[in-house]
Amino acid sequence: MIDDDLKNQPSRVDGRAKVTGAAKYIAEHKFPGLTYGYLVQSTIARGKILDIDSTEAEKKPGVIKVISHKNAPKLSITERPIPRPFYALTSPEIWFNGQPIAVVVAETFEQARFAAGLVKVTYDQQKSETNIRNAMAQGFTAGRDQADRGNPVQAFADAEFKVEAEYHLPIEHHNAMEPHATVANWEGSKLTVYEKSQGISGSVNYLANAFGIPAADIRVLSPFSGGAFGAALRSGPQLLIATMAARETKRPVKVVYSRRQLATAHGYRPESVQNIKLGADKTGKLTAIIHEATHNTSAHENFSEGLVGVSRSLYACPNVKTVAKITRLDLQTPLWMRAPGMVSGAFALESALDELSYKLKIDPMQLRLMNYAETDPDNGKPFSSKALRECYKQASERFGWSKRNPEPRSMRDGRLLVGWGMATGTWPAGQSPASARVTLRADGTALVESGTTDIGPGTYTTMTIIAARSLGLPIEKVRFALGDNDLPPSPGQGGSTTTSSVGTAVQEACGLVVKEIVETLGKEQNSPFAGVAVNDVLVENGGITVKGRSDTRISFADALKRINKENVSVLHRSTPNAGERSKYTIASHGAQFAEVKVDEEIGTIRVTRVVQGTAAGKIINPKGAHGQEMGGVVWGIGMALTEKTDVDHRFGRIMNPNLAGYHVPVNADVGQIETIFVDEDDKIVNPLGAKGLGELGLVGIPAVIANAVYHATGKRFRELPITPDKIIL
Amino acid sequence: MKSFSFKRAADPTNAVQMLGADKDSKFIAGGTNILDLMKEGIEQPTGLIDISRLALSVVKANPAGGVSIGALARNTDTANHPLIRQNYPMLTQAILAGASPQIRNMATNGGNLMQRTRCPYFYDLATPCNKRQPGTGCSAKDGLNRYSAIFGWSDSCVAVHPSDMCVALAALDAIVKVRGANGKERSIKFADFHVLPAASPQKDNSLAHGELITSIDLPTSACAKNSYYLKVRERSSYAFALVSVAAALDLAASGTIKTARIALGGVAAKPWRAEEAEKYLVGKKPGEAAFREAAKIAVSQAKPLSDNGYKVKMAERSIFRALTNAMNGGAA
Repeated sequence: MIDDDLKNQPSRVDGRAKVTGAAKYIAEHKFPGLTYGYLVQSTIARGKILDIDSTEAEKKPGVIKVISHKNAPKLSITERPIPRPFYALTSPEIWFNGQPIAVVVAETFEQARFAAGLVKVTYDQQKSETNIRNAMAQGFTAGRDQADRGNPVQAFADAEFKVEAEYHLPIEHHNAMEPHATVANWEGSKLTVYEKSQGISGSVNYLANAFGIPAADIRVLSPFSGGAFGAALRSGPQLLIATMAARETKRPVKVVYSRRQLATAHGYRPESVQNIKLGADKTGKLTAIIHEATHNTSAHENFSEGLVGVSRSLYACPNVKTVAKITRLDLQTPLWMRAPGMVSGAFALESALDELSYKLKIDPMQLRLMNYAETDPDNGKPFSSKALRECYKQASERFGWSKRNPEPRSMRDGRLLVGWGMATGTWPAGQSPASARVTLRADGTALVESGTTDIGPGTYTTMTIIAARSLGLPIEKVRFALGDNDLPPSPGQGGSTTTSSVGTAVQEACGLVVKEIVETLGKEQNSPFAGVAVNDVLVENGGITVKGRSDTRISFADALKRINKENVSVLHRSTPNAGERSKYTIASHGAQFAEVKVDEEIGTIRVTRVVQGTAAGKIINPKGAHGQEMGGVVWGIGMALTEKTDVDHRFGRIMNPNLAGYHVPVNADVGQIETIFVDEDDKIVNPLGAKGLGELGLVGIPAVIANAVYHATGKRFRELPITPDKIIL
Repeated sequence: MKSFSFKRAADPTNAVQMLGADKDSKFIAGGTNILDLMKEGIEQPTGLIDISRLALSVVKANPAGGVSIGALARNTDTANHPLIRQNYPMLTQAILAGASPQIRNMATNGGNLMQRTRCPYFYDLATPCNKRQPGTGCSAKDGLNRYSAIFGWSDSCVAVHPSDMCVALAALDAIVKVRGANGKERSIKFADFHVLPAASPQKDNSLAHGELITSIDLPTSACAKNSYYLKVRERSSYAFALVSVAAALDLAASGTIKTARIALGGVAAKPWRAEEAEKYLVGKKPGEAAFREAAKIAVSQAKPLSDNGYKVKMAERSIFRALTNAMNGGAA
């Protein structure tokens, strides 16, 4: 999509509030008498707390209370054997370095922070292990092994052309701009919290379980989010601790993670080691894929993100084996981070395929087309829609791929080596049950409500667009409300399913509003709407018309007057058409082409150009979609070239927990990004015809950049990020 | 953060008196580093003395030649001052290669000199660090030392100085003017300003408590035409140097090199002057052969740690590149 196409598309409905500061983020919310909780974190990775001495801290001015496992109230969570989730302040056990072990509550933030530094902790320290290389042998299968397809081991042994390689991805952190935060307030038995959340219902359930209180007594609010990327999909320690501290002190309490503390506030993309074996015949047909992956989990919980799924369904191959293992390290439990599992697995698969293309001397795009999966090779089901071939075509043409000299190190721009690479991405298009309430008012405005969140992709805008179109109203006449468990419940905002799930609920609820108006009007005497089905009505320009009979037009305002209602309100829960969906594999697809320029002498790499072709059903919010797919590229530049969480294995401690040490790309790192959206008419995915976008745009990017770097330099980098030291050594 | 008093100094004399009266107090100007350090609990001054409004922010030509840059001139204003852009373009390049625009707008020149290392262990109270807490040990030496020093380190500390500006100032033979508690002024050669860790890495520089930097004086330089500041980093902006090079050449009428200046950043606890390489270049014809040899000489004494061997190669190649660019009139 080029800029001209976007000019007249709707902009973010919350954009003005965000840039003017009117949109309040979690830590900005206050209650009268607010106090501040500052966390104390462990400084060892494994062991037990022998004692926490808060005597000195408690004497300092402004300090109200210090809470640790020693004096924390017992939660109504049954102790379970491992594996089990981590609940802060419930035991002296240390599972990871940076674990929250106490909170200091004070009248001011500075008082709390200073006193937190005076809390003395003594430990029984045990040996910790945070190096995945030392834990590979203890890897285990978290779920169930998937059966082999065909005979992959034999097929690989017999293959004419082979690639076998190991790929290594480091731990990465989400590093959202907004830190995790909770502001908690009890009024009697009623609890209100502002919480950074990607799932309001999940936060409510977490609190209900932890504190043994009815969900009806809990209000969770999360109106705006400064980015989350998966980091707020699980309720974290701050929700537990702020709520507990507020109950213990009988004061509202705010807990905000500092940037340094944030590295262990939530999980991260786990470190992974993957081995791929590809076999092919001389025409380029894949004869074997063997993909074995191990990533870390914590010492107390099993977290598995299915790195290898991509190898089962992206290409047609008769013989496939995948093995997904996890192994324990003394680190925080990992967590979903944008395109979890898929982007890590795709980096390995799409790099290996690139390696194979050079062995075969076949253009990497041709190789992919040659192994194009017309149906899902894993289960034989048809795709509900799959315009990946068209993505390859359009994106490669825009990029100028045909002008590529296939020889590595053959293209130059002055002293810089130029490399062109390509890759493929995919993401399943899920849908969950979701609810929405639509209230059309006599003044011609509509309020649309759903207890979802907007962590940045533009949910406010997308839902407003869907409602406006469904009701035939201008966008400015529609207001969408979210982020509140008093609103109709919606699933957590993960896996690129919000538009599919909540959008469908909104669209269907709007349809039901129109239906109710049409049917009520139809009951009136001599009404032109008598006996008219809702499908035979046009909804546009703030009113309804029986199709083909322009004389029947009536504005909503007049319609509501006629049926004597101030508003028409419908609460609706939509459910996926599971029966129909189960007959198909439903996924978004994309093709990426990238140019890098490498200054080999000093080791720097610039991503100068990326064309991202995307097939994700119908695009509802073009500017938002463009932003998502651009953002995926930027995220992928980080994964490929700059981002890595450094752990000192001697201490089991993260050593770059800040934005100066953990390098997310800056504007100057990002070259020209073009997005192309290939329309898909998909009646299966959901009534909107829209698939998901948030994860997809990232999936192929680390590989496309590494592939371009290979083409530029002739060096294959199988370990990310590709930093300057690796280029020059 | 520990509670502290905050006072504003009326003039430089007052400032040094106030600082001298309290050994646990610190100056604050732009605050871009001291406040971070205080928030992390690394610095815990009992008092801050605000010097940001003192009349020390002028950039002016010195009657005796050269340019004097006020200690309290902001980094951005210094970089963009016509006297600097015309006469010391390498300094402009170096300043603008550092930090972010927002930080450069706040940071002062004196503060740039005084900033402390960004070694991750220095910043983490949970790990041993001799610079932060003498006697506890150096975690970086046998730990994550990809960003650590390859020159001048000791067993007690392998941290590097983070500044870009200082690398150019070192190459330019700047003089740091300071005023002491007794009102006495003294001049410190830039090469002597920052100190190597030896056995006392807690000391970054040769300032005594109670001394105030008033200006940084740049001698007349014939290097303006042929100078270049090269910074190699892991992203294009807002990242500390893996290696940086300030290179400048003054050519004789015959075309041979009269004077060469090479200073390295990101490799030592202070900007590292490659003096042997500079000497080698004198009298040589500028060009690839001489530059490659000079670069080789410059890194011949490097002592890399377990994870930063790349810096030796990177420094050598960066010196060559910077000299080449300097010779091209400062074009990349």
